[in-house]
Amino acid sequence: MATLNLRGIKKRFGDTQVLHGIDLDVADGEMIVIVGASGCGKSTLLRIVSGLESATEGQILIGGRDVTALEPAERDIAMVFQNYALYPHMSVFQNMAYGLKIRGLPKAEIESRVAEAAKLLDIGHLLDRKPRQLSGGQRQRVAMGRAIVREPHLFLFDEPLSNLDAKLRVTMRAEIRRLQRRLAVTSLFVTHDQVEAMTLGDRLVVMHQGRAAQVASPMEVWSKPADTYVAGFIGSPSMNFLPATMEQDGVVLLDSGERLTLVTPIPGSTGRAVTLGIRPEHLSPAEAGLALRVELLEPLGSETVVHGRMPDGTALTAKLPGMVPEGTDLLLRPDSAWLHVFDRETGRRISA
Amino acid sequence: MSQSAIFKGVVVPYLLLAPQLLVTAVFFFWPAAQAIWQSLLREDAFGLNSDFVWFENFVEVLTDPTWLDAALRTALFSVSVATLALGSALFLAVQADRNIRGATTYKTLLIWPYAVAPAVAAVLWLFMFHPNIGVFGRALNALGITWDYRLNGAQAMTLVIFASAWKQVSYNFIFFLAGLQAIPKSVLEAAAIDGASPRYRFWTVVFPLLSPTAFFLLVVNLTYAFFETFGVIHSLTQGGPGKSTETLIYRAYSDGVMNLNLGTSAAQSVILMLLVIALTFVQFRFVERRVHY
Repeated sequence: MATLNLRGIKKRFGDTQVLHGIDLDVADGEMIVIVGASGCGKSTLLRIVSGLESATEGQILIGGRDVTALEPAERDIAMVFQNYALYPHMSVFQNMAYGLKIRGLPKAEIESRVAEAAKLLDIGHLLDRKPRQLSGGQRQRVAMGRAIVREPHLFLFDEPLSNLDAKLRVTMRAEIRRLQRRLAVTSLFVTHDQVEAMTLGDRLVVMHQGRAAQVASPMEVWSKPADTYVAGFIGSPSMNFLPATMEQDGVVLLDSGERLTLVTPIPGSTGRAVTLGIRPEHLSPAEAGLALRVELLEPLGSETVVHGRMPDGTALTAKLPGMVPEGTDLLLRPDSAWLHVFDRETGRRISA
Repeated sequence: MSQSAIFKGVVVPYLLLAPQLLVTAVFFFWPAAQAIWQSLLREDAFGLNSDFVWFENFVEVLTDPTWLDAALRTALFSVSVATLALGSALFLAVQADRNIRGATTYKTLLIWPYAVAPAVAAVLWLFMFHPNIGVFGRALNALGITWDYRLNGAQAMTLVIFASAWKQVSYNFIFFLAGLQAIPKSVLEAAAIDGASPRYRFWTVVFPLLSPTAFFLLVVNLTYAFFETFGVIHSLTQGGPGKSTETLIYRAYSDGVMNLNLGTSAAQSVILMLLVIALTFVQFRFVERRVHY
């Protein structure tokens, strides 16, 4: 159990700058999810923390100890890989005992630790099997077991659920969360799946092009995204972005001609070119509002996702409760409490 | 996933198989049958007539102490060649598997010896180790070590072992390298995180995962040392000095071709053939089954 501190982590592969200085402080027992599209540098960051990759610049502290120059083995960490990375020629027991054996633990203790972890993960009956005789979910559990028996300071998860089918992924997700809470081990979890990120993390690190675009709790990332990238990445379907200008400090004039009033005015913003963000779920049918020519309906049962265009051609998506009859045009009113205003140039949130 | 076309009738499948069957029949079954028939005959000294003698040739070969010597020598030779060729190929493959500058060039260069004909390889080694004209041969003599593989049987044996192993290293290298590259990187990373040193990782993870490859290569190398080293031995030592580098295959050649003792030579060939069949059987039986841990 330990804290983790990253100080200005930079990574360059040849001429390509992959990480542009990441700072992060993780509290003891906290679960941090690093989320981002592929190529954003999230896996590289995890590998730098593990020691499998070395940072070009920056410092890593685990439990206050500077481990930047140490080998993976000396960092007292455990990692769960996307493809599980079980030793194919060893039984489940041997897989879990491998790290303990290297540390020279007495045989009796190895057996009791493995048995305990196996019980926790409900894989006690599989200890004699080889990895190839296991299903995907079972392999995942063994990989977790191998990490748990080591009793490390830090758990690292590298997209561990992405090789599982959808249903199992949901089960394992909940299980990982329960296990992490119970063991209270500081954890870093890398994923590209925003649902995983939202449900697993105490805090999220949303990465974009080698930078941490936002570090905050899942709800804060969702309700106050730091920029248009985070706003578009978190939430499904994605947030709508409409070009607009601040007419007064509290009134937004859309390029399509409509006026919307903000709940909290933004002082000194009159005349500024902005991007207005509205989540699809914050649009509702009304007598007057944004006109939408419906192009596609996606009924999901309890709700319907409506894709369409406004009269000036801007695409707009709305998520409406219940069924929406086909072939009708809609008038939609945005919930004024949930309007997000971003600077048009930089994409940064302009907060009240 | 496998796509199979289904032909009607029996003519087309047999026609498609015919070239392969023809080649096997002409170059294997026919000579093999000839050898078996020949091994049961004994010709008179002038080759005028031959008698059917049942297994007398086999009895003669198997009870001949010089043949048994050759068999032991062959065992020593083959084990040495296989060990040397496998060991150095594994070492080179492990080096090449790392991320090194110029790895591609290095790999290409390592594959070349396999393309060298046995006789040429032998001449190469001859030029290096000939006591009078060879660079290393002269150097050894200059250092006070009496080196002449034409007189010293042990030296001759060492030379043919090295020359034969050298030719096989490339082949082994390719298989080992492919085997190493098939090991998922994350498995090795997991071992590194588990605290295994590179050395411990090699013996507990890499080598066990390579063992199917290694076993396959062991069988191939033994077969090579038994039969395909004829060219190297013939060009370097002709089985000499004395009989010190005479392996079974070389003896079958000298008895049959040089001494025209067709019956015993054929009997020796048949014994060797049974050995190959046994090795091939072992290979199919165990390698196929143990393909994966």
